[in-house]
Formats: sequence, structure tokens, C-alpha cells
Amino acid sequence: MNLDIRTEELDGETVLFVGGEIDAYTASQLRESLLPLTEKEGAVIVVDLTDVNYIDSTGLGIFIGALKSANSNGSSLRLTGLNDRVKRLFSITGLDEVMDIEEEEEAQ
Amino acid sequence: MDKNVLDHIEMKIPARAEYVGVARLTVSGVASRAGYSYDDIEDLKVAVAEACTNVVDHAYEEDGFIRMICDIYRDKIEIVIADRGQSFDLEDMKKGLGPVDAAKPIEDMREGGLGLFLIDSLMDEVEINGDKGVAIVMTKFLQRDGREQNVNGIPETNAQKQQ
Repeated sequence: MNLDIRTEELDGETVLFVGGEIDAYTASQLRESLLPLTEKEGAVIVVDLTDVNYIDSTGLGIFIGALKSANSNGSSLRLTGLNDRVKRLFSITGLDEVMDIEEEEEAQ
Repeated sequence: MDKNVLDHIEMKIPARAEYVGVARLTVSGVASRAGYSYDDIEDLKVAVAEACTNVVDHAYEEDGFIRMICDIYRDKIEIVIADRGQSFDLEDMKKGLGPVDAAKPIEDMREGGLGLFLIDSLMDEVEINGDKGVAIVMTKFLQRDGREQNVNGIPETNAQKQQ
């Protein structure tokens, strides 16, 4: 039950593709991949959550930490590909107000 | 046992992060068996995972166990997640509950503490007992025939319109 994580450089953006279930067990794996990216000065980081079908507060906590780190290093962090369930948890917790979350094209 | 309980499921798992997923899958199976909708099952999975994660993070200094009890009633499911570890200050913990405040600077945001808030948001009734360890008792009502229970401020009139 590990996360599937890979990084790609696309048009000057660093895209982190994440797949699987982000919970208490797998969250550290996400943290280890994501935090170092946010520590680079002026980086543009996109986290693609298309293949994430479960997240809970431990995963949300990782994104809060990553956002803090990105802000203090002049980097930016954007989330994309959230399914309805994942999006729901971001909105219940109010995190969607502070994080840059890309709306799906079909929703427009 | 309460004679209104239709089914009783009990399980004891190691209080370690890699077993939180096991509790989550189990409750998913039990709730599906009891007739819950996809969305309600997802809510139950998150609530159970949050309660188990709490035990993993706070209850024991060394190895310990999580007990999960699911009681299925005609109209609801009651889930207890309990440990026998050290209880923490419940009042203190409840004070910290709440969503992220967008008005606050990001530096002040907590990376933890959203778990209990999520449980409270996703379940219909939540009770926390702490004596020798902590037990979180969570209830979710079964929605039948598309009729919404009048819980969490969902107005009854809305549900009637859907019928």
C-alpha cells in the first residue's frame, strides 16, 4: 500500500504525480518527495492528484507544511486533478481557501 | 447486548500506522453490507481512519492495540474506536477544533489537529470518553429511500422536494 510518486519537469514547472491512498502510513512518503521541491528558491510546483482516491488529515497536513515551506522559499504550490471526495475534504477543512487548487476543465 | 443491535463486529489491531488502512477497509465492508451509500461509506472510512490515527499518534509510548467495534442498528451504525493508552486532556483538545481560518497567516496554520474536526464534520453524532485511554463513539444514520435525515442542518424541506 505504497504511494506511486514520480516527478516530471514540464514547461518550467515541477509536476509531482501522486497515486494511491494518502493516509497515516503513506503520508511520510509524500512529505519526503514534496518538501524538498518546495525548498528550492522560486520553484513552481504542481501536485497532480488525479490518481489519489483517498486522503485524510495526515495528507492534508503534508500540504499545509508544503505550502508554508513554499511560501518561505518564494516558491509556488498548486494542486490539480482532485476528485470529488478529495476536494470535499479540502473544502470541509477550509484548506481550499488558502491553497491554489485548479478546477477541472469539465467543470467550467 | 442491546437487543436493537442487529449485528456486532469487533476487531483488535496493532496501534501502528500500517494497520489504519485495515480498519478503513473493514469499516468500508461493514458499511457496504449495512446498505450505506458510496459517499457515506467514504465518510465513514475517513472518520475511522482519523480516530485510528489519533490512537497511533497519541495513545501509547510502546506497542498497543486499537479496538474497533461496529454496532449495526436498523437506522444507524455506531462505531467505537478505543485504546488503553494514556488519555490526554480532552478539554484542551476540543478547544483546538475547527477548520482552517483563511484570515490567519499561513505560518500559524497547524499541520495536525484537523482529524477530530473531520470526524465531527463527517459523522452525525460524536462522543469522546476518556478515562483509562480514549474511546471515540461515532454514529452515522442510514439514509433510506433518498430521504435525508434532518441532521447537520440539512433542511427537511429539501429532502421532501427530491421525492
